Amino acid sequence: MAALPLRVTGATRRFRDRGHQLTVFESLDLEVQDREIFVLLGPSGCGKSTLLRVIAGLDVLDEGTVTLEAGDHGRDVGIVFQQPLLLPWLTVTENVSLGLDYRANQGARQDGAVEAILAEFGLSELAHAYPDELSGGQAQRVSLARTVVTRPRVILLDEPFGALDPLTRRTLQQWLLGIQQSMGLTVVMVTHDVDEAVLLGDRVALMSPSPGRISRTWQFSREARDPAHLAATRDEVLRAYGEVAPSLAPSTAAMPAI
Amino acid sequence: MTSGRAAGATITRGRVSGTLRSILVSIAYPALGFAVLLAVWWAWILFFVEAGSFQSSFAPDEGFRALVRLIENGTLNRHITASLKRIVVGLGIAAAIGIPFGLALGGIRPFARAAGLVTSFIRMVSPLSWTPLAIIWFGVGDPPVYFLIAIGAVWPIALSTSAGVASLDRQWLMLGRSLRASRIEMLRTIIWPGVRGDVLTGLRLGLTTAWIILVPAEMLGVDSGMGYFILDSRDRFAYADLVAAIIVIGALGFVLDRLAQWFLTPRRRSRARGAAGEPRPAEATPVPTAEYRI
Repeated sequence: MAALPLRVTGATRRFRDRGHQLTVFESLDLEVQDREIFVLLGPSGCGKSTLLRVIAGLDVLDEGTVTLEAGDHGRDVGIVFQQPLLLPWLTVTENVSLGLDYRANQGARQDGAVEAILAEFGLSELAHAYPDELSGGQAQRVSLARTVVTRPRVILLDEPFGALDPLTRRTLQQWLLGIQQSMGLTVVMVTHDVDEAVLLGDRVALMSPSPGRISRTWQFSREARDPAHLAATRDEVLRAYGEVAPSLAPSTAAMPAI
Repeated sequence: MTSGRAAGATITRGRVSGTLRSILVSIAYPALGFAVLLAVWWAWILFFVEAGSFQSSFAPDEGFRALVRLIENGTLNRHITASLKRIVVGLGIAAAIGIPFGLALGGIRPFARAAGLVTSFIRMVSPLSWTPLAIIWFGVGDPPVYFLIAIGAVWPIALSTSAGVASLDRQWLMLGRSLRASRIEMLRTIIWPGVRGDVLTGLRLGLTTAWIILVPAEMLGVDSGMGYFILDSRDRFAYADLVAAIIVIGALGFVLDRLAQWFLTPRRRSRARGAAGEPRPAEATPVPTAEYRI
C-alpha cells in the first residue's frame, strides 16, 4: 500500500473532569489520500475539533495512533484555526513569515517564498498592512498563507470560515478550492456546515457525537459539484446529519439552499 | 433637534469654541492652578510668618532667586546629575530583576502560587524600612541608594509584566506551538512583543516610585544628590536653597514622568493588543487550556 499523508487508527480520547469521564471519540479510524480535501462533518461537540488538534500535535490520544507522512521539507502537518490569530504588531508579510523564522521550519525557507505565496493568495497589495486594516476574509487568507508557506504535507482547517459573514464565506470557499487544486494541497477540514462540506469535500466523513465515531463517508467526484448534482447530494448528507444529531429537528438543521 | 441647517451651524460654532476651549484647558487652567498655589504660598508667608524671621526665607521670591543662583554657580547641576545617575542605575536593576520575575509570575503557575504571598508581603514593606539593612549590607555611598530604589521600583515593573503575561491571548501560544516554535522562539516572537506595552507601563510606574524614594534615600551616607542637598541646606540654615531644591525635585519629577510617558508609551504599531479582539461568535470552539511554560 502506498504511503498515506495521514492515517488515524483506533483513536480514543477521554476527558476527565472531577471523576466524571467523558469519551470524546472512540476507536476512530480515518485515512486521508494525497491531494484531496477530506471533510470531517459533524454537529457541535462531536469531537471533530479535538481530533483535529490531536492530528496537529496540540492534544494527545489516550489510545490509538496518528501516522503522518513527513513532507519534502520536513514538516508533516500545519493547522489553521477559526480565528485568524494574526499578531497585531506584525505586518501581513511578517505574519506570513512567522513560522519560517522558527528553526523547526528552516527546511521550508526559500528566497521569495513569502512574496510568492502573497501573490498566489492575492495579498501582495496588503503586504505592508497591519492586521487591523484587514477584513475578516483577508485576515483568514493571511492566516492560511502563514501555514501553507511552511509547506506542511497535510493542512488542517478548523472551521476556517466559521467566523465570517455568509458572502465572504462563500467567496473564500470557492477561492480555497482553486488554491487547493492549483497548489496540489492535501487538506483536512472540520465543519458543521453541510453545504460547505458538500461543496469542498472530495470525501466527507460524518461524525456522530458521544462518543464520536465516523458514521458514514461519502466520496464525491468533481461532477458531483455541478449545481445539478449538488442539491441532491446535499439533501442526502443533510438527512444523515439530522439522524446523527437527533436533538435537531430537520427544519432547524436545514441550511439555506445554495 | 432643530432643523438640519441650524444644527449644522451649531456644530460649526461648537468646533470653533471647542478649539478655544482646548487651548484654555491645556494652558490657562494649569496656569491658574499654579497661580493659586503661589498665592497660597505668598499668603502663608505674609500672614503667618513674622517678617525678618528665619521662616521668611521660605517665601517664593527667595526660593526662585536661590534657584537662579544655584543653577548659575553649578551647585544644582552636580546634585541633579548625581540623582539622575542613581535613578538610572536603580531603575536598571529593578528592571533587570522585575521583568524576568514578572514573566515567571505571570507565566508559570506553580511559581506564581509559591511567590504570590511572599511578593505581596515584601511589596507592602515601605522601601525605606530597609534603610538600616541596606547600610549594613552595602555600606555607605551609592550602593544602598541603588538598593532602596530598586526594591521600591521592582514591584510595579514585576506586577505590570506579570499582568501582561496573564492577559496574553492564550490562542497566540497555541498558534506558536502549532508552528513548532521552541520555548525561546515563543518568548522572543510572541510573549515578549505581546507584553512589551505592559512592561513599558511598569517601567513608567517604577520610575515614579524610584523618584519618590530617591530623595529620602539620598539623606543617608551620600554627599551629593537632591536629597543630600535638602539636608545640607537645612544644616546651613539656607532655607531659600531648601525651597529651590523642592522646586527642582518637583519639576524634575514632572519632566521625567512626561519623558517616560513619551518614550515608554507603546507606539500604535508596537502596541500589545489590538485587532486580535475581533468579536468571537458564541459557537467558537473552546480553546484547550494550554498551560504554557517559559
